[in-house]
Amino acid sequence: MIVYLLRLLGSVIFVSWIVGTLVFFLIHLVPGDPVAVMLGDWASPADEAALRNQLGLNQPIWIQYWHYLVGLSRFDLGESLFFQQPVTSLIGERFPMTLQLALMALLIAVLLAFPLGIWAALRAGKWPDHLSMTVSLIGVSVPNFWLGPMLILLFSLSLGWFPVSGADQSLSWVLPAVTLGTALAAILARMLRASLLEVLHEDYIRTAKAKGLSNSWVYGRHALSNALLPVVTILGLQLGTLLGGAVITEVVFDWPGLGQLLVESIQRRDYPVVQGCILIISIAYITVNGLTELVYAWLDPRIRVAN
Amino acid sequence: MLRYLSYTIVFAWLLMGLAGFWIGDHADEVVLSQLLMSPNSQVLLGSDELGRPVLERVVLGAQTSLFVAVGVVFFSSIIGTTIGVYSAYMGGWTDRVITKIIDVFLAFPGLLLAIALAAILGPGIENVVFALVVVGWVGYARLARAQTLSLRSREHVLAARALAVPTWLILFRHLVPLLLAPLGVEATFGIAGAVISEAGLSFLGLGVQPPDASWGSMIKEGTRYLLVAPHLVLAPGIALMLVVLAVNLIGDQWRDYLDVKARHNRN
Repeated sequence: MIVYLLRLLGSVIFVSWIVGTLVFFLIHLVPGDPVAVMLGDWASPADEAALRNQLGLNQPIWIQYWHYLVGLSRFDLGESLFFQQPVTSLIGERFPMTLQLALMALLIAVLLAFPLGIWAALRAGKWPDHLSMTVSLIGVSVPNFWLGPMLILLFSLSLGWFPVSGADQSLSWVLPAVTLGTALAAILARMLRASLLEVLHEDYIRTAKAKGLSNSWVYGRHALSNALLPVVTILGLQLGTLLGGAVITEVVFDWPGLGQLLVESIQRRDYPVVQGCILIISIAYITVNGLTELVYAWLDPRIRVAN
Repeated sequence: MLRYLSYTIVFAWLLMGLAGFWIGDHADEVVLSQLLMSPNSQVLLGSDELGRPVLERVVLGAQTSLFVAVGVVFFSSIIGTTIGVYSAYMGGWTDRVITKIIDVFLAFPGLLLAIALAAILGPGIENVVFALVVVGWVGYARLARAQTLSLRSREHVLAARALAVPTWLILFRHLVPLLLAPLGVEATFGIAGAVISEAGLSFLGLGVQPPDASWGSMIKEGTRYLLVAPHLVLAPGIALMLVVLAVNLIGDQWRDYLDVKARHNRN
């Protein structure tokens, strides 16, 4: 088990390092001079030299890379050009908001997907199945930058139940979380249905039924816990999509999270913040994937015992 | 029934993409007297905040999304399949290095990488295609690699090898044709993904730039007038949703058709 954990940790750190390196070189991929791009056409040469000095762009690239890595190890991501604040403190302010949104969306997704998927699997081929699969197909196909405005139109403008945007009021998380959660719920429900259907045809389910176990015990204990394995994997992988989708959802609802900071910083050409946001979101994603693998190993006795 | 409907929608999408060539500059004309007009008998889908006809803009948006979808799926499937098949067929170190590269790409949240690339490269339709290809090839590579691994020791491949057929000929004549079906299904879902991603990037202001039309940027501009003119968001949104839904349905059908086990059970 220890070896397994160490290997997992090693792979998380390795991929994070690669991603960090890619993010570092991102700024050098800008066609032309990044400083000229950031300051625009009207900047004076003195300003350009000052910025180049501030960003350390006048040093050899390997020294820059070294400083960048040393900075990373001290949680120093440089300074925002727009806010004149350390990038880490900006991200520190925004990250809890995105985390709250993601967790709420995850909760909504699970609450929607499980009844829908289980219902569809138990009534496979009948109308509940068709209904819930149609609902989930629509859920997959509606982009969240369209669902968001539609929810605003219905629940904020017409019914007045929830605030339109921002995060100041107590219920303002509801609409963004629903927007983000439905797409995930749709994918999860489809996965859960397919996985349950596969499990329901196994011999041990027939045996459990033949033993006279109650329905809830057969479906809950024997079927569902085995069907969950692939679903957990998908859940982990989909968290990345959730984080990507969070960028768009946060823009739709003016939610002060990391995604909104990222998009605003792209528009302001505030490259240190852009780099920081991409790095943090990616590392969060990689970590979640690592944790998913851990949960998977813990859920599956075959892997648990082998380790 | 649903099947014909989804093919009809995709066909309509193709037609709209072609019709976009005949519209020309007319759709970009600013007519202030028709500002934010609701749908009526003269202007079928109403007009937007600059008095431009929404129907024509939706058709132009269809062209944009069609162009991006075809471009992204074409390039990413060719690049991904080539890399995947080559990697699995060669095996050894080549395979190990390529698998590691695929893993790293998979470890990156896809849309975020596309956002980052589009931000760095600057807005524009070619850059959108490029960013989505960089993100998209991995799926095809993984699929092609997995399929090739199971196909490379089939008898006809071994026979071709024993007859000293050159490697590229084995790959293209004896392996790739057997991969086309699963890759086709992947490509169908890829089209739906590319349409949504293009609209998403344009929504964030990183895709197609005004005055060119994209469903994503139309939705973005429309959200500012949600209360006065909901048709600005409804029209491109419904078009986008229908296309993605239809393409996903077709992908589902093809996947079910290819799934021999499921087909056997049904009969």
